[in-house]
Amino acid sequence: MNVVLVVRSYVQWHIPPAYLRNMVNIQGVKFQYGTNGAAMAFPDFQCEPGGRMLLLGSSGTGKTTLLHLLCGMLRPTSGEVHVAGKHVASASDRDLDVWRGQSLGIVFQQAHFVHSLTVEENLALPHQLTHGHVPTDLPGRMDSMLERLDIAHRSHAFPHELSVGEQQRASIARALLHRPQVVFADEPTSALDDANAHAVMDLLDREAADAALVVVTHDQRIRDRYPNCVTLHRPAP
Amino acid sequence: MKLGSTYQAWRNLRAKPLQTALSLALLAFGVGMVSLMLLTEKQVNDAFERNIKDIDLVLGAKGSPLQLILANVYHIDAPTGNILLSEAQKVVRHPYIESGIPLAYGDNHEGYRIVGTEHSYAEHYGVEVAQGKLWEAPFEATVGSKVAQALELTLGDTFYSAHGLTDQTDIHKDKVFTVVGILEPSQSVVDQLILTPMQSIWDVHLKEGEVGDPSAREITAMLLKKRNPLAVLTIPNTLRESNMQVALPAIEVNRMTQQFGLGTAALRAIAMLIMALSFASIFISVLDNIRSRRHELALMRTMGGTPRTLYLLLLQEGGLLSLVGTGMGLLLSRMGLWTLSNLVEQQFHYELAEMALLPSEWMLAAAAIGVGLLASAVPARGSLRLDISQTLRES
Repeated sequence: MNVVLVVRSYVQWHIPPAYLRNMVNIQGVKFQYGTNGAAMAFPDFQCEPGGRMLLLGSSGTGKTTLLHLLCGMLRPTSGEVHVAGKHVASASDRDLDVWRGQSLGIVFQQAHFVHSLTVEENLALPHQLTHGHVPTDLPGRMDSMLERLDIAHRSHAFPHELSVGEQQRASIARALLHRPQVVFADEPTSALDDANAHAVMDLLDREAADAALVVVTHDQRIRDRYPNCVTLHRPAP
Repeated sequence: MKLGSTYQAWRNLRAKPLQTALSLALLAFGVGMVSLMLLTEKQVNDAFERNIKDIDLVLGAKGSPLQLILANVYHIDAPTGNILLSEAQKVVRHPYIESGIPLAYGDNHEGYRIVGTEHSYAEHYGVEVAQGKLWEAPFEATVGSKVAQALELTLGDTFYSAHGLTDQTDIHKDKVFTVVGILEPSQSVVDQLILTPMQSIWDVHLKEGEVGDPSAREITAMLLKKRNPLAVLTIPNTLRESNMQVALPAIEVNRMTQQFGLGTAALRAIAMLIMALSFASIFISVLDNIRSRRHELALMRTMGGTPRTLYLLLLQEGGLLSLVGTGMGLLLSRMGLWTLSNLVEQQFHYELAEMALLPSEWMLAAAAIGVGLLASAVPARGSLRLDISQTLRES
C-alpha cells in the first residue's frame, strides 16, 4: 500500500504532465478572426524536445494563423496551447514578448530585417532585446554559425545587399543563435529551387538539432521528410 | 558589440539621411536664430549699460540727442559739434550737478579716437593702468587695451594723429604723440580709445608758434553726474538760449532699442516659425517611421522586444534629433555671433564675443528638446497598438 502511495506521489511530483513534457502541445484549439470570420478548428498534436514536425496544408487552411497562435501573436478563442512550458492563452502580452525572445526561434516566409543594422547586428538583436545586452561569447558563436551557413563574408553587409538565399540563411542564423527550445519555420523553402530547398532543410535540421522544430509548409517536396505530420484542412464554410 | 537603444536610434536616423538632415537643419536654424538674438541682445544691452555707468546727462552741441549720446558715450557716431569749455564749466557749477568730465576729440590714429580728457574719465570706468602711467603732459598718450593690442603699441612708441575720426589722409606730422601708458582691459569704451590731456587736442590744431586763446577753448562734450534729480528738468531750461543741449543716455538708448525692438520681434517670430516647422518635421518623421517600419517593429516584438522597447526607441529617435539639432543651433548661433562680432569690431571697435551659454539659452535648449520629445512621443504611441500578427501577414 505504502509502495503504491510512494510511486503515485513520485509520479505526481517528478514526472511532469504531458503538456510540460512536450515542447509543443495543442488541444482543442479553435480560432476566429473577429466575429464574422470563418471559425477554424485545428487538430491536436504534440512535439517532443528535439522532435520534428510538419504542418502541411494548402493556402487558406490557416497554417500561418496556427503558427501565430503557437507563437502567442494570436490568442485562441478556445482550447489549450502550451509551447516551451508556457501556457500561451493565459500569459500576459509582456510575458509573451520576452518569452518569444528567449524560447522561440522564428524563420519567416519572407526574411524580415531591421534595415538600418548590419547582418551581424540583426543577428545580435534578439539578445539585446531580451537581455538588454549582447553576451560576450555571442560574436564567436555567430562567426562559426555564419561560417557554417556560408555567409560569414556578408556579416558586415546590410540586409538589402544580400541575395534572397543569403537573406534566408541569415534569418535562419538569427532564429537559432540564441539556442531556442522551439523553432518555427514558416514556408522556409517556398521561394527556393529543389537543390536549395533540401539544403535549407538540412541546414535547419543540423543547426536546430537540440530544439523542437515545427515546419509549416505547403511544399510537397519536403512532405516526406519527417514522419510526424499534421495536415490542415480548409474550414467548413 | 554595442547595440543599445540609443545606438539603434542613431542608426535608424542615419538610414534616412535626407529626412534626418531636414529635421536637423530646421531645428538648428530655428534654435540658432533665437539663440543668436538672445546673445546679441544681451551683449548689446550689456555694452550699452556698462558704458552709461552713472553718466546721467551728456552736455554737447545742439543736434540729435541720440547722436550726442552715441558719439560721446559709446564713440560710435560723429559728434554734433563743439562747445565752449567756459560755457560747459558754468553748467558743471550748477548746484544740481555734482561733477563733469570733459571730452575733446576730433582726431584719430589708425581709426582709433584720440580723446582729450581728465584722469577722472579713466577713474569713472575704473580702468587700471597695466603698464606705464596715466597721461600728464601734452602729447602723452595712455592707450586702451584693445588699441594697444590691435596697433601693437608699447611704451615709448610714437605716432601722429590724423584729422577726423577715421580718415588717414590729413596727418598732423608736426605733433608727435608718445605712448606713456597702457590700460588694463575693462570691457568698457575706454578699451578702444587713446587718452591724452585736452591740451594736446587744442595744441595739435595750432600752427607753428601760434598761441591759443584760453577763453576760446572748445570741447566736444561734458559727461555730467547729477546731484539732484531735478537737474534733468532744470538744466535743459538753462540752455535754451545757448548752442548747447543735454541728453539723457538712459532715455536715448531706451528709445533706440525700442526702435530695434520691432525688427527683433519680426525676426523672433520667423525663428519661432522655423522651430515650429522643425517640430512638425520630427512629428512627421516619427509618424512615417511607424508606417514604413511597421514590419521591423513587429519583427522586434517576435524577438523579445516589448511595446515599451519600441516606444522608447522611437522616442529616442525624436529625442536624439532634438538634442543634436539644438546643439547644432547653439553652435550655429556662436558662429553667427563670431561673424557679427568681427563686423562690429571692424566698424565700431566693439566686440560681442561672450560665447558662454546664457540662462535664457539653457531654457531655450530645454524647451526645444522637450517639445521635440513631445513631437515624437505623440506619434510613437502608435507602436504600442501594433498588431504583430496582422502586420507580419501583410507581406
